[in-house]
Amino acid sequence: MGLYLLKRLLATIPVMLFVAVFIFLLLRLTPGDPAAMLAGDYATDAQIEEIRQKLGLTEPLLKQFIIWFFNTIQGDLGESFYFKKQVTDLIAARLEPTLSLSIVTILLTVSIAVPMGVIAAYRQGSWTDRLLMGFSALGFSVPVFVIGFALVYVFAIKLDWLPVQGYKRISGGLLPWITYLILPSLALSVIFIAFIARMTRTSVLEVLGEDYIRTARAKGQTESKVLVRHALRNAAVPIVTVIGFAFAILIGGVVVTESVFNIPGLGLLTVEAVLNRDFPAIQAVVLLFSLVYVLINLVIDLTYTLLDPRIRY
Amino acid sequence: MSDAASLSPGRQMVRLLLSHPSVLVGGALVLAICLIALMAPFLDTRDPNALSTSNRLKEPGYEGIMKVYTDEGRIKVPVVFRLGSDSLGRDIYSRVIYGSRVSLVVGITVASLAIAIGMIIGLVAGYVRWLDGIIMRIMDGLMAIPAILLAIAVVSVFNAGLTSVIIAIVVPEVPRVVRLVRSIVLSIREEPYVEAAITAGTRLPLLLVRHVLPNTVAPLIVQGTFIVASAIILEAILSFLGLGIPADEIPTWGNIMGTARENFQLHPHQIFYPGIILAVTVLAVNMLGDGLRDTLDPRFAKRM
Repeated sequence: MGLYLLKRLLATIPVMLFVAVFIFLLLRLTPGDPAAMLAGDYATDAQIEEIRQKLGLTEPLLKQFIIWFFNTIQGDLGESFYFKKQVTDLIAARLEPTLSLSIVTILLTVSIAVPMGVIAAYRQGSWTDRLLMGFSALGFSVPVFVIGFALVYVFAIKLDWLPVQGYKRISGGLLPWITYLILPSLALSVIFIAFIARMTRTSVLEVLGEDYIRTARAKGQTESKVLVRHALRNAAVPIVTVIGFAFAILIGGVVVTESVFNIPGLGLLTVEAVLNRDFPAIQAVVLLFSLVYVLINLVIDLTYTLLDPRIRY
Repeated sequence: MSDAASLSPGRQMVRLLLSHPSVLVGGALVLAICLIALMAPFLDTRDPNALSTSNRLKEPGYEGIMKVYTDEGRIKVPVVFRLGSDSLGRDIYSRVIYGSRVSLVVGITVASLAIAIGMIIGLVAGYVRWLDGIIMRIMDGLMAIPAILLAIAVVSVFNAGLTSVIIAIVVPEVPRVVRLVRSIVLSIREEPYVEAAITAGTRLPLLLVRHVLPNTVAPLIVQGTFIVASAIILEAILSFLGLGIPADEIPTWGNIMGTARENFQLHPHQIFYPGIILAVTVLAVNMLGDGLRDTLDPRFAKRM
């Protein structure tokens, strides 16, 4: 297990190295000149040249990459062109809203989707099952921003129960924090609820036909115990995979949701950085998100052993 | 499939496909959207980019007067804004109808390109053993960047427009096709009939065309359908965020919503019309994909 963990951790290095090279080359090969962009419309050629020198853009590409690479692994992500701040500080300031949104979304998703899938499997073929699966097909197809605006229209504009958009820091109190997070998390969670409920239903259905379920029932265990302790536990591996997968693709949804609800997190930072061609910030955000994505996939693999003792590495 | 299809493969397949409700419903809806896109100029639409400063932010059904410049000078034409007008006085109905063209073009182009490129790379990875490791590590690297983020990064490099959006969406889709094709090639290599063909001295190009490609058709049609759906959503997201196709050049469902968001509290319908038709289109394509998967590729259906 220890050896396997080490091997898997080492295997993430070439992947991340590729991501770093790819994103670096992609942004360096752009037609636009970042120095000219940074200098503004009224800069003289001499001023642009000076900025180019300062940014190290006159160095050969390989040297630029090496400098950037070593700075990055030491935690120095450079200075943002647009925000004129250290990118590390920029990211640190934007971390809380994104983490809050992601965590609340995952909690909401799991607490709705897993029971939904178990009930649908238990009542297979009934109208409850059909309704839940119909909702899940719908949830796949309605893009997150359409859901977001629909929720805002109903709950914020028509009913006036919740705020339209924005974010309140958790340090300002738990109640305002969660009130501002309910709609965005709900909007973001719909597609994952659809996904996870479907997967839960399939894997619970498979397990329900097993002999040990019949045995548990024959022993006289209550139905809820049979479902939770015997069925759900044995169906857990594929469900956890999907939850992990959802967590990983959540990153994409965060960009859109933060934009719809005007939440000043990493997703909104990405959009602002791209709109202003702020390359140090784009590089940093893409690298960070990719690292998180790769690590989540690693964690999913490792949880298998905890959930299913038959899987050994 | 083999014994049933050996009688009359084509007709058997068509009958099988049409007997599946989601192929029927999804296919009919997709066909309807295609017709709307093709017939856009004849559906009582106007120039979707025509501005009208006197008719800004009107409610659906508003009847107004639009100034039109012709050879004989300025004339006033009575117009109806079926779905209202946006903040620049453009007709939302015409924009939504014309927007279907972009979604379909992007969806179909992205799927064709991703499959063509992915198939070539996948075949190479599956057959040329020493290249396999390198190719798959690169694909792993590309897949490590979340799709939307990768598309955003690619789009930031080019000037905004239809071509750059298509390229930006193709890049994250290719690795998924490569993985699929490679895994099919690897499993087919072990089949006795392929080993027999190799022993008999069949050369590689013929081997690929005769034995490997036919096996990739069904899974790739299924995968292609899902790529169409995800490309349509990605285009809408990019254009909505203002990173995709500019609203003053070509109307797309995404940029109609992007323009409408500043006035969302007072004019929510401007977001809901394109939003609903976008959702219906994606649902239709997904249903078609589900149905095709169940009928064309039962092995894959079981795996899901």
